[in-house]
Amino acid sequence: MAKVRGAIVVDIEKCKGCGVCVVACPASVIELSPNVNSKGYHYAEPVNHDACTGCTNCAVVCPDGVISVYRIKN
Amino acid sequence: MADNISIEEIIKPENLVYAKTGVMTDNITSYCPGCGHGTTHRIIAEIIEEMGIQSETIGVAPVGCSVLMYNFMDIDIQQAAHGRAPAVATAIKRLLPEKFVFTYQGDGDLAAIGTAETIHACNRGENILIVFINNGIYGMTGGQMAPTTLEGMKSSTSPYGRDVAMMGNPLKMTDIVATLPGTYYVTRQSVHKPGNVRKSKKAIRKALEYQKLNKGTCFIEIVSNCPSGWKMEPVESNEWMEKNMFPFYPLGDLKVPAE
Amino acid sequence: MEKELRLMKGNEALAEAAIRAGADGYFGYPITPQSEVMEYLMQEKPHERTGMVVLQAESEVAAINMVYGGAGCGKMVMTSSSSPGVSLKQEGITYIAGAELPCLIVNVVRGGPGLGTIQPAQSDYFQATKGGGHGDYNLIVLAPSSVQEMADFVELAFDLAFKYRNPAMILSDGAIGQMMEKVWLKPQKERNLKLPEWGTTGKTPGRERNIITSLDLNPAKQEQFNHKLQAKYREMEKNEVRYEEFQCDDAEYLFVAYGTSARVCQKAIQLARAEGIKVGLLRPITLFPFPKKIIHERAGQVKGILCVEMSAGQMVEDVRLAVNGLIPVEHWGRMGGIVPTPEEAVENLKSKIIGG
Repeated sequence: MAKVRGAIVVDIEKCKGCGVCVVACPASVIELSPNVNSKGYHYAEPVNHDACTGCTNCAVVCPDGVISVYRIKN
Repeated sequence: MADNISIEEIIKPENLVYAKTGVMTDNITSYCPGCGHGTTHRIIAEIIEEMGIQSETIGVAPVGCSVLMYNFMDIDIQQAAHGRAPAVATAIKRLLPEKFVFTYQGDGDLAAIGTAETIHACNRGENILIVFINNGIYGMTGGQMAPTTLEGMKSSTSPYGRDVAMMGNPLKMTDIVATLPGTYYVTRQSVHKPGNVRKSKKAIRKALEYQKLNKGTCFIEIVSNCPSGWKMEPVESNEWMEKNMFPFYPLGDLKVPAE
Repeated sequence: MEKELRLMKGNEALAEAAIRAGADGYFGYPITPQSEVMEYLMQEKPHERTGMVVLQAESEVAAINMVYGGAGCGKMVMTSSSSPGVSLKQEGITYIAGAELPCLIVNVVRGGPGLGTIQPAQSDYFQATKGGGHGDYNLIVLAPSSVQEMADFVELAFDLAFKYRNPAMILSDGAIGQMMEKVWLKPQKERNLKLPEWGTTGKTPGRERNIITSLDLNPAKQEQFNHKLQAKYREMEKNEVRYEEFQCDDAEYLFVAYGTSARVCQKAIQLARAEGIKVGLLRPITLFPFPKKIIHERAGQVKGILCVEMSAGQMVEDVRLAVNGLIPVEHWGRMGGIVPTPEEAVENLKSKIIGG
């Protein structure tokens, strides 16, 4: 059976670390990084890569439009 | 084997399913982390892109946090005096009737100082879209009480909570404009969760499609958050909004065209 | 539509001239003594004649912001009102000046302060010529003294407004707005459908987005912008001063007066000259830019100047600045909606200037 796999790319420098994407992700892919960007924000980053289905929820809800989503179907 | 696919193999241009629309500029917005303004800007821009109307759309920015909207959306924009956006948009639309015209206004702008302009534009049935961001507070000036501030809600000018006996009741402008014959489509949405963002986006699209048909004023309230003004973490502010704002400002359509 | 001679009220002539000048839009709110402007426009159905949009707004505030919106698209738009209404428009006017938008604002002045009276006055001179709202800005201000000029100045005001991307005002008064005179109306001009490049008409792929705003939070840039505005006003002072002189060549004394007061002074000159008093009249047509240079020159030739104004003395301050102490400059006028008589003007010339 075909499995959908996804991946996200966060524009780290433009992320304000609000965390809205973290709670929006149904697969708990995203966390706020312990590191900060040059503005001092703990930016969002995908940690649980394999669980990402590319559903776009994180990007859809991102107030700063910093998330790009990729998806493939095998 | 699916499980063996590397991240690098997924992140390829041909697999891109979502990216920031080109109708948003590359400027970083001036909004606080987690603020619904950015999301609302983005979905308006996405609809403009999807409908292919970038060259036919004119926005009107308010005074308030979104005064600098023209830095973030790559369309022609006029910045109006406080509360006057519906009057400004009225003239733009009447003089350029073939264009798509929308205003973007906060609650102080639309429901306090601009009450007359809002009601009369809606009552005349101007063929414009009014996007109304209601976060129950004056964000830009530092969290003062707005006409939409809930009863008991604290702000810098209602530090002990809004006392309705002294300060009056929160105003439901969307309910008011829904009663006016000039409005065609009136809805209240939010952008705090993916499902809500998608609904809001649909509403914006519908409104612009109705505008093309000269149906009258479309009015979309977005109940939103103000983490800084409410003095909350962004995610916490969205939860607070669901618990406190939505009961008073329930989401859903207030006026839908008869099919 | 050809050149035409008609008998009209000043307000009606202005409205007809606006249609014939090819104006794109008028946005107004009723107020005495200028309501005939919108009444005339509505009756004429300019939308059918030329495609001009006419809309009765919910307030003067809304009307001036409609002008902002239309002007921001590069359209030729206008509003008209009278003193209390023009006070309400000041917010919009300063935004228009700050966004460098061309438009026409007509003030058919009535007596004030407050609700005042509905009779003619000239007590809005300061408001009109010193900006009116907040911030450092100026309007181009034209002062008609006849029904003919009510008509002629519409096109002139629009031309200047677009030339400088600056709001222009026709500062009339209740007498000129209400009086009937014969007026030559110009032939109909085509509306200009080719809009300027800077307006918000939709961002086409070939250009950057157009932004209409008066905001710049960077003080260095805001100062730079203010310098730009000031340079524009100096340019107007260099190029756009307009005035008219009556019997100034042999004059020993001078009236300086505009609008209705200037008409009174023309008669006063006849009366005074019958008594052997050689007096002339200098009538500023542009109140901004003010005809400083010619007033200064005339001050070198005459013995004294009487400013006749239907106010407590407003333009007299600009005349004094122009004269710069060379000769006595006095003010005389009536207030509260009273038009001065020529006899009173002569009497006051004698008592304040000749006898003084």
